[in-house]
Amino acid sequence: MATKAAKELPKEEFILPGTRSCAACGLMLTYRHSLKALDPGKTIVAVPASCMTVLHGVYPITPVKVICVNNPFAATGAAASGIVAGLKATGKAGYTVVAFAGDGGTYDIGIQSLSGALERGTDFMYVCYDNEGYMNTGTQRSSASPAGAVTTTTPILAKLQHKKDMLRIVEAHRIPYVATASPSFPLDLYDKVRKAKEIKGSRYIEVHAPCPPGWGFPNKDLIKMGKLAADTAVHVLYEIVDGKFRLTSRSLRLAEKGGKKTVADYVKGQTRFKKITEGQIQALQEFTDRRWYEFMERHQNGRS
Amino acid sequence: MADKDVLTGEHFIHGDAACAEGGIASGCRFFAGYPITPATEVAERMARRLPQVGGVYIQMEDEIASMAAILGASWGGVKSMTSTSGPGFSLMMENIGLGMMTETPCVVVNIQRGGPSTGLPTLVGQADVMQARWGSHGDYGCIALAPASPQECFDFTVDAFNLSEIYRQPVFVLGDEVVGHMTEKVIIPPREELRIVERGKPQAKKEDYLPFDFKGPMPAQMAVAGQGYHVHVTGLTHDERGYPVITDAVQERNIRHIVDKIRKNADKIIRVESVFLDDAEVVVVAYGCTSRVARQAVEDLRSRGVKAGLLRLITIWPFPSNMIRQLAKQVKAFIVPEINYGQVAYEVERTAQGNAEVVLMALMGGSIHRPDEIEESVLEYF
Repeated sequence: MATKAAKELPKEEFILPGTRSCAACGLMLTYRHSLKALDPGKTIVAVPASCMTVLHGVYPITPVKVICVNNPFAATGAAASGIVAGLKATGKAGYTVVAFAGDGGTYDIGIQSLSGALERGTDFMYVCYDNEGYMNTGTQRSSASPAGAVTTTTPILAKLQHKKDMLRIVEAHRIPYVATASPSFPLDLYDKVRKAKEIKGSRYIEVHAPCPPGWGFPNKDLIKMGKLAADTAVHVLYEIVDGKFRLTSRSLRLAEKGGKKTVADYVKGQTRFKKITEGQIQALQEFTDRRWYEFMERHQNGRS
Repeated sequence: MADKDVLTGEHFIHGDAACAEGGIASGCRFFAGYPITPATEVAERMARRLPQVGGVYIQMEDEIASMAAILGASWGGVKSMTSTSGPGFSLMMENIGLGMMTETPCVVVNIQRGGPSTGLPTLVGQADVMQARWGSHGDYGCIALAPASPQECFDFTVDAFNLSEIYRQPVFVLGDEVVGHMTEKVIIPPREELRIVERGKPQAKKEDYLPFDFKGPMPAQMAVAGQGYHVHVTGLTHDERGYPVITDAVQERNIRHIVDKIRKNADKIIRVESVFLDDAEVVVVAYGCTSRVARQAVEDLRSRGVKAGLLRLITIWPFPSNMIRQLAKQVKAFIVPEINYGQVAYEVERTAQGNAEVVLMALMGGSIHRPDEIEESVLEYF
């Protein structure tokens, strides 16, 4: 059953007040809603060196009420594999091992480790919080940064390459559950994490996590920016269960009712796109449209 | 473009930026980067500066890739460089070994932070000294320079490039977070005052050319892509042609060469700064940011008539063993303040051969020594 209203979400908080994450952190909200969907008493979180380590805090500001194993940047998938194996070898059942890694730790340095875990069918959940850059070290480009974004390592021409299609790479591993989500749609996010929790095998959820300091928009616009990403189909909400694709939440409504906004609407509110040219906006629009129509087609096929 | 590569003049910049400028002034035109505190600023500076001088900056997918890419670029014919800190340095190790085995010039800047593992990402450490020396598997010679100021970050990066070209191998600039993030005046000299070693061109006829020379104390001239020489580069044990030969006899030649070219030239490579050593009864051995504190302590002690001296290591590797062996016969003790649990102290102890006491003043990372602490340690012997 899909969750209909925020008041249906569990009241208990697993992140206490006073985290070290930035104000209006998309990851923080993602983590907060995800933990509510899990059973934190029976959850072990694997976290690489990243914004997530910052969120977990430094004593005495350690606000997270969940068991956490911190691992090297390159090793999240492998570290989680080890935890799963350790639980199995000691006969402990009922635990959910959840890796939370950023786009740098997933798309770039962590891809080998993740691919290994997925190929082996490791019984765990992997959540990639995609804030589209190395934000913990101060906004360097990653292979998840969109074309046209200025970062501290793409300072002159802005990024020239489109975002890597990580979700296709993950899907190619033929794992039982792949989904996308956004903290701007917390009920959708909550339902997907809850669903993934009940599935055996490797599960991957990619959350588009807007980052006010890294992207350059006001803190108050966090939720708005996530919604705009969905309304423009820059980020599309869907899930693939055992190979069957379906759009969800705002993206489903967008497919059914239309009204898709333009990429230009999305980039204009973010200073990271200050150098983007008309040509780049056009290219980004075409890139986004192509993906969107593919998703709509897959959604139709999935229903038939 | 030429006028933008050597930014002659006075600058107020941090050590990380000075490393980048040292690289560019040396002719470095390729940098492979990956973000890591406290070295990210080196990469950021390079991302901005290299396009101005016709160079190439690539942000790689991790540090394994960064190290591999600068080796590739070096064989492509361009001076190349990367920067990192502890965890990234660990990831680079296999490719550093490849660079040693294939005798590939390049420079690796390591702005050390507290370790092991993630440790203290934003705070100082000096605990990669032994990793620099022994971090990759197998035997090889090592050159590592330890700057103590942003000025030296510039100067020593230039020196590191020169040494890497002369001895044909990766050379380390072993900075630390304090020096990397410290902002001071940096004077970049006029181009004509900079001593830059350019890569030589092989003189041999193409049919006679051997890319490796294991006979002498110096490596062969390195041919690079596009010069028309046939080159085979391998991490396998290889003969002078670069062809893999898996025998103990060739292993003897190959490995003795990559160790001995540093060992036999150590006197030419080693650089130290001697402060009040002539009549010193107790000598402080220090490097990097710690040497600044040690200098203050020694000067304070001298002003009070205490015969203290400072041996400041500019090159940590090769280690000035002969000098310490000699000093050990003259002094009562060596005091070794360092931000690790005794890496250089161990080397001092080994080379002093029991002729002088060796006192380790260890900090595990995150802070620097105070001059009065070092003074107290020295005064124990008076």
